[in-house]
Amino acid sequence: MQQAIGIRSIDDLFSPIPAEYRLTRDLAVPRQMAESEIVDWFKQRAKENGEGYASFLGAGAYAHYRPVVIDALVQRGEFLTSYTPYQAEFAQGTLQAIFEFQTMISELTGMDLANASMYDGSTAAAEAVMMAVRVTGKNSAIVARNLHPEYREVLTTYATHQEIPLKTVGFADSGRIDLKELENAVGDDTACVLIQSPNFFGTIEDVEAIADVAHKRGALVIVSIAEAVSLGIVEPPRSADIVAMEAQSFGVPLGFGGPYCGVLATKDKFVRQMPGRLAGQTVDKNGKRGFVLTLATREQHIRREKATSNICTNQALVALMVNIFMTVYGKVGLRELAKQNLAKAAYAVDQFSQHAKVLFAGAPRFNEFVVQTSEDPRAIHSRLLEHKIVGGFPLKKFYPELGHAALWCCTELTTRSMIDKAIDLAVGPGAESDGSIQNVKAVEAEEVAR
Amino acid sequence: MTTKHITRKATHHVNQNEGLIFEKSSPGKAAWKLPPLDVPEVDPAKLLGKQERKDLGNMPEVSEIEIIRHFTRLSTWNYAIDLGMYPLGSCTMKYNPRVNEFVARVEGLANGHPYQAEKISQGALQIMKTLSDCLLEITGMDAITLQPAAGAQGELTGLLMVRAYHESRGNARKKILIPDSAHGTNPATAATVGYAVENLKSNDRGMVDVAALAAQMNEDVAALMVTNPNTLGVFEQEIHKIADLMHEKGGLLYMDGANMNALVGKARPGDFGVDVMHLNLHKTFSTPHGGGGPGSGPVAVKKILSPFLPTPAVITKPDGTLGFEYNRPQSVGRVRAFYGNFGMFIRALAYIFANGPDGLRQTTEDAVLNANYIRKGLEGIYDLPYSTPSMHEVVFSDKVQSKKGVKTMDLAKRLIDYGFHPYTTAFPLIVAGALMIEPTESEPKEELDLFIEAMKSIAEEVEEDPQFVLDAPHNTRISRLDETAAARKPVLRWKPEGKS
Repeated sequence: MQQAIGIRSIDDLFSPIPAEYRLTRDLAVPRQMAESEIVDWFKQRAKENGEGYASFLGAGAYAHYRPVVIDALVQRGEFLTSYTPYQAEFAQGTLQAIFEFQTMISELTGMDLANASMYDGSTAAAEAVMMAVRVTGKNSAIVARNLHPEYREVLTTYATHQEIPLKTVGFADSGRIDLKELENAVGDDTACVLIQSPNFFGTIEDVEAIADVAHKRGALVIVSIAEAVSLGIVEPPRSADIVAMEAQSFGVPLGFGGPYCGVLATKDKFVRQMPGRLAGQTVDKNGKRGFVLTLATREQHIRREKATSNICTNQALVALMVNIFMTVYGKVGLRELAKQNLAKAAYAVDQFSQHAKVLFAGAPRFNEFVVQTSEDPRAIHSRLLEHKIVGGFPLKKFYPELGHAALWCCTELTTRSMIDKAIDLAVGPGAESDGSIQNVKAVEAEEVAR
Repeated sequence: MTTKHITRKATHHVNQNEGLIFEKSSPGKAAWKLPPLDVPEVDPAKLLGKQERKDLGNMPEVSEIEIIRHFTRLSTWNYAIDLGMYPLGSCTMKYNPRVNEFVARVEGLANGHPYQAEKISQGALQIMKTLSDCLLEITGMDAITLQPAAGAQGELTGLLMVRAYHESRGNARKKILIPDSAHGTNPATAATVGYAVENLKSNDRGMVDVAALAAQMNEDVAALMVTNPNTLGVFEQEIHKIADLMHEKGGLLYMDGANMNALVGKARPGDFGVDVMHLNLHKTFSTPHGGGGPGSGPVAVKKILSPFLPTPAVITKPDGTLGFEYNRPQSVGRVRAFYGNFGMFIRALAYIFANGPDGLRQTTEDAVLNANYIRKGLEGIYDLPYSTPSMHEVVFSDKVQSKKGVKTMDLAKRLIDYGFHPYTTAFPLIVAGALMIEPTESEPKEELDLFIEAMKSIAEEVEEDPQFVLDAPHNTRISRLDETAAARKPVLRWKPEGKS
């Protein structure tokens, strides 16, 4: 090949790089490893990473069963190793799958349409706010304090330079957004009210009541959904204008926080302000049905600085996992799955209530709940770890006003015996007899949970 | 088609038809099974009241074999790297090693919860730390965040840091300079961060016009975003002069790392004056494109920008264990929940391990060699608008063929019939009718020869029968789709017949 090109050595090809910037030494990275060594190295890391622990963590990332057909199908090279389907004739598989994904997300969220995916639930929420600003021509946003704290942080990052002032509205004794406070907060310059349902405490919001307040003043309602499985049994937020979802619960591995699958769904009339890719149906020269990426004039590769968003790469393969999960469970299975989640959490709430205070009893919840204890939950968390149980998520960092509180989650994978054992060790008789009780100071130093 | 132009790479094959999943649905079919409930049954109406959902609308009901066949049939309608060369310029469609997929699915890594305690997260943290160290060595930079979910979010993160840096010095400045050859994400990102965009002309060699830059650079400019090698596949030879010009007036140099596959192991942006850059793990570091994502866009910076990196940062604690640091007062904040596309970190690190220093260098050499082999093979047949030396990709134009009315997109569609994915069409914008070709290091000479043969054959077809090329593709299951109709009256979801 060098001969064909007419060069004497490979270095000739790098002559455009000025000599003083050419690297003349080896990179100081680990030496080349054999496949068997690579596998061993990562298996070792896995062992140091909570392998074999039972977990009660939710808080935006949920442990649900992943049907094996998901990985069997997404590992087909034609899905795994293809690019964004710009050349439609050669990418109909991906395009039709996106079209089906958009359809199912629309059905589940009660919206008219959905896009092909966003990075995750947090950026979906931030992009939804920017979309609402474009739609309404107003420029401030109201955010519920019981929206996932990290989603709020992301929104703050995005909003700052868009010059979108953010106002936070607190929650009432029910754990739901404080409607009175909301009413006072919404003004004529409010582009949108962003809430989460089920919210960060697992409580289901009364979206209709919130929409009444917001719509009266011409503001849009954005509902963030972090626990997608709830849609199997909880009425979708039909009175919302935009749904900003995290679909990780639908067949996506926890994977230490990513990659996940954000998605935006909205009403027909807002489609031209929607960010992200969209697949649409059309026909070919012979009238045969086919699919293409469409409405690209919203996007950066056409509009550059005037685009609705800078997003390009999305989460396509993860959206395919979500797609297959929704297809597997379907119309009946999703409801049954959600019902099991509801039952497990209800059981755990009952059991906890015998030893501790479960907060926010005044409103319905899905599969998460907040437990208040006399002992610091970080100490409880640490004690449970000794028994290979990862307890609830301590809330002190984000919600100090709740005192000694932690957010617990039960899914269809949480067994009754796990629940019983965890409660016994956390707040029951097992808590006192356990020798591994540590003082809180030591625990704090240890940073058991963030 | 004349028999002369029979393609060696592709042939016809029986291809299954397949409707939408909703069209196969009927009540009673199911592919799921839940274990018996081990806690008391609940009455949703009682627990949820009016919030209970009773109907899931048009969600499908299908059996497992139907699901397997459905998605398998759909998959066969896609082209993929696994089927052959995928020469999309600037997309770096290289082989996606299967060991990456295997290790990403190891129990413990795949199932780690982002909020599990640090003491049972040491494995994940070690992966993040090791990858960070490797990427810093490869780029020659000082500090890094792995948080951004893709290249465009990396750009966002980088420009947020640029802005925070200038603000910390009392003036955020007003605009970002962007060469006219840049990716569309660059200007879109600048706008998201609240900066005005000012275009920078390329010179007749396809590089940043240094004199123009000198004239445009002033104290209102926060940064220049440069892709190097640029989208023509040309190394910006005066990169250090460019950096000096920026720095003299207090500006910063941002490098879009989309084309880093031309540099790894051969040159380091940190050595030639770059202050902040993003990498695309899904390009340079072999994580799969997956039909459009997920990506991962780490951002590496020089010391002066490190206080502004997003939270949390991975740190080594006094006791030697790893942890997350949240208390970073000058940070730009968070750009997404949790820590980034962790699954992609695993894959990228496995790729680095599989290559080592020698392999990484050879990868770059092979990528540049392959691009130049194609350039040599097609020079004279397709117009080469810039004769400047090519690095990892080469840009031709349709100047010759368009005289017959055949444009770059038509040539691309015909290439599909030959069993190749098209190159990138009509980009960069500074080349009218661009054909942007990036073979990557993954292609053996035999595949490159087939590609060159196909491109030559298409050029002949343009001379003999341009209409035949204009009507391409001929061998796909559908012909060219009506994109105008799709956009004019969008149908973005399926609805049952009779409902609108």
